[in-house]
Amino acid sequence: MPFEALLATCLGYVALMFTVAYAADRAAARGHVRWLDHPLVYTLSLSVYCSAWTFYGAVGYASRSGLEFLTIYLGPTLVFTGAWWGLRRLVRVARMHHVTSVADLVSARFGKSNKLAAIVTLIAVIASTPYIALQLQSVRLSFEVFALNAPNGAVPDGLGGTGLWVAAGLAVFTILFGTRNLAADERHHGVVTAIALEAVVKLLAFVALGVFVIWGLAEGPLDMLDRISRASTDPRVGEGWLLKSDRWTALILVSAAAILTLPRMFQVLVVEAADEERLHVAGWAFPAYLFAMSFFVLPIAVMGRELLPDDANPDLYVLTLPAAQGQDVLALLVFLGGFSAATSMVVVCAIAVATMVSNHWLVPVWLALRRIPAGDDADDLRGFVLNARRVAILAVMAAGWVYHEASGGTAALASMGLVAFTGMAQVLPAMVGGLMWRGANRKGAYCGIGTGLVLWMALIFLPSVGIGGDLPVPRGMDPWTAAVMLSLVLNTLAFIGMSIFGFPDPVERLQGLSFVSAVEPIRHSRMMRGDDRAEPLLAMARRVWGADPALRYFQAEARAQGKSGYLPDLTPSFLTRLERRLAGSIGSATAHAMIDRVAGGVALTVADLLQVADEAQRAKEETQRLEAARAELTRTARQLREANDKLTALSVQKDAFLGQISHELRTPMTSVRAFSEILKNPTLTEEERGRFAGIIHAEAARLTRLLDDLLDLSVLESGRAQLSIGVANLHDLITRALSAASATRPERGFLIDRDLPTEHLGVITDADRLLQVLINVITNARKYCDAEHPVLTIRVRPRDGGGAIIDVIDNGSGIDSGRQALIFQKFARLNDPARAGGAGLGLAICREIMVTLGGEISYLPGQGGAAFRIILPARPPGRAPTGIAVAD
Amino acid sequence: MQLDILMIEDEPNIAEAVRFILSREGWQVGLHDDGAGGIEAIREARPRLVILDLMLPNRSGAEILADLRAADDAALASTPVLMLTARGQVREAASAADAMLTKPFDNADLRAQVRRMLA
Repeated sequence: MPFEALLATCLGYVALMFTVAYAADRAAARGHVRWLDHPLVYTLSLSVYCSAWTFYGAVGYASRSGLEFLTIYLGPTLVFTGAWWGLRRLVRVARMHHVTSVADLVSARFGKSNKLAAIVTLIAVIASTPYIALQLQSVRLSFEVFALNAPNGAVPDGLGGTGLWVAAGLAVFTILFGTRNLAADERHHGVVTAIALEAVVKLLAFVALGVFVIWGLAEGPLDMLDRISRASTDPRVGEGWLLKSDRWTALILVSAAAILTLPRMFQVLVVEAADEERLHVAGWAFPAYLFAMSFFVLPIAVMGRELLPDDANPDLYVLTLPAAQGQDVLALLVFLGGFSAATSMVVVCAIAVATMVSNHWLVPVWLALRRIPAGDDADDLRGFVLNARRVAILAVMAAGWVYHEASGGTAALASMGLVAFTGMAQVLPAMVGGLMWRGANRKGAYCGIGTGLVLWMALIFLPSVGIGGDLPVPRGMDPWTAAVMLSLVLNTLAFIGMSIFGFPDPVERLQGLSFVSAVEPIRHSRMMRGDDRAEPLLAMARRVWGADPALRYFQAEARAQGKSGYLPDLTPSFLTRLERRLAGSIGSATAHAMIDRVAGGVALTVADLLQVADEAQRAKEETQRLEAARAELTRTARQLREANDKLTALSVQKDAFLGQISHELRTPMTSVRAFSEILKNPTLTEEERGRFAGIIHAEAARLTRLLDDLLDLSVLESGRAQLSIGVANLHDLITRALSAASATRPERGFLIDRDLPTEHLGVITDADRLLQVLINVITNARKYCDAEHPVLTIRVRPRDGGGAIIDVIDNGSGIDSGRQALIFQKFARLNDPARAGGAGLGLAICREIMVTLGGEISYLPGQGGAAFRIILPARPPGRAPTGIAVAD
Repeated sequence: MQLDILMIEDEPNIAEAVRFILSREGWQVGLHDDGAGGIEAIREARPRLVILDLMLPNRSGAEILADLRAADDAALASTPVLMLTARGQVREAASAADAMLTKPFDNADLRAQVRRMLA
């Protein structure tokens, strides 16, 4: 294939990428982000993990060390399948804080310290430069493969400049699409979409080659397996194919760390993620992508070793294998795949590292050198930040190219992927610890990352570029593994140790709480009161975002607060949001420092934090107080409602009672009135006169009795009844009662059954009241007993503990069980034609008397007739202790 | 012999007073002294007027009045009823009655009411 055709294809491919990125950015600017935001695009962009080092290098790795290359894929797979909740937490917290890079994340967590971010940036720069150089080299080498295969065999002039041209082209691409604006969230739709497309090309190329190798060169999968097992016993392979578990562990750990901490991975995984939901798809799709990419590595490696000369570079088998077989189109596709892998890595890495360099190195220095004049409307900061990024991108590219030119050889660069992995892995303890442990503090992060940086430089980075030697280790131990483990373990110990012994400052505490609990952070309330500070804040935001976006944001915030105009109140929540939005553009440390400076705020002190805590506590107490008051009110309301119900019921009872009294009074009154009027008639016979006068007399007596009863009941119920307590003999009382009651229905010849000897029982009580009860009960028996030969049985026995029990039983039909409960109520007179003018108050009065005497009266069911039991206590309650005191 | 008036009243003295007053005017007055059997007594006697006490044992005057008004026999159901009540506040219970007299009443009032209703 002519070199010119290759170049043309290559340029066409680059033009396609530019077009796609441009179209995606335009679509995003118009708000058409639906397909751009698709989780699959996000997942494909994650494949930036597969740089040229994995695209070309994995086959070389496999041909030298067998299955060890798999560890590079296993680490990320483990993270995505085993720690998906951790990934979700990371993305959620990072989105919440508008984190722009891995350095910014660590800085934001540990008290918005820019020094910490600057150190992480240093690691990223050191680790990325040779890594970028490696990509440039892979592009140059792949060009060379085609050039050497060119028909005229001549290497075109200026091929040595390939690296420069590639670096320059990528710099242009990155600057164009990576620094178009300074958005609040550092997302780059154009870049991400182009990378997703490149991911597809990468995968297609690699799978096509794998299919060609298995079905084109070998005779299907079985033959391929045969060849692989033969290759594993090839003496040339030697110890390389042996499985070394400690080295495998270290490799998996480091590659797992890399997926989280490598600047380009953090960029696509966290910064470019709109939300954590897309991890649902990426959680299975990304491991699947890695699996597809790794599936054909071993067959290609084995076939390359079989078919290509011994001196062929295994790192280029991917390209030389199809080229040697005359498969020009396939070779070209593979070339584009490798080109994609290299360029996507360089672009994203450059964006990520340049963001860090500008946010954590250049901007803080610029701010420190320049006092911002308040009220200056120029968006000078925005311009400076964008230019700083452009310069940083150029610098990163230049450094990579210089490194590439300076190192020259393949050998020095081949291991650079792993070196970069281990370098960035030093950030992992602080990052994971910061997300999961509230006790982690800045001192711990400093010491951990610092220790890791020094050990990594001394034991891994410098030896890899030929300065110093490997770590002296006992025989049988892998020096690289020992160095990795040593640096990571000491790093972690320093981090934990200093965190335990250190004391986090207030900002750290707030941020730590927000990170570990994944809750919205709230900016402390120490800030300014009044509107006069909003103006300078707006001026500052204009500097960062430009005039229009800043004004729009401030207006929206003011509207949300219900204010007209464009200056919102400086509430803590507004300041929190403003700071985080600014952090999305210039990093949390710088945003924090700028707001503090513009707002003239003082550093947050422990006293401030305590005040915040106090306010929270006060609010809580106030809430509890209100809760208690509310509960009290509810209780009172319920009591009032119950009291009201009771009163209503009482009122109904009272109405019923008055109705009853009215009826009971009106009935005899009716007879009296009617007959007295009749008596005025002169034509009446003498007999009639006598009879009617008798009726009037009886009804008047009935009225008197009723009034007496009512008065009696009223006195008893009110508890004001005067008792005259004395000793009485029950025998005498019963005899008197029988005699008094005998006037009722004297025509009924009652047989009285008494047990005289047992009746001689002395009781301390009000004898007249007890007699009243006895007369009432016996009279009732006389009135209502319907037996043909009526018998009244009276039995007396002493009560345990003093007092007496008197049973009065007749042999009538008794009282229905349904009405037994009613008989002691007022006006409960049972309907009985035989009754003689009672008002139905008798038993109610008896009950009240017995209660007053401290005893009770009850109906005894099942005695064959009406049966009442009167229980007397030893003495009435609450009376004079002598028991013989006599009231007048 | 056809009764002019059937009185349902459980208080014997009131019943005697009313009967005496109305008999002196020349009307035939019958008596039933219980709520129970009240409607049957009316059906049997077919009086031209019923004097009904509101508070009766076993079945209230209001219930008996309802029984009467619901009777199949239209002539029976439309028998005029004078309600006697000792409780002013249960007026609504007697509202279906043609007339009402509150105890104690003036004898002249009773005579006037009955005369009017029998006219």
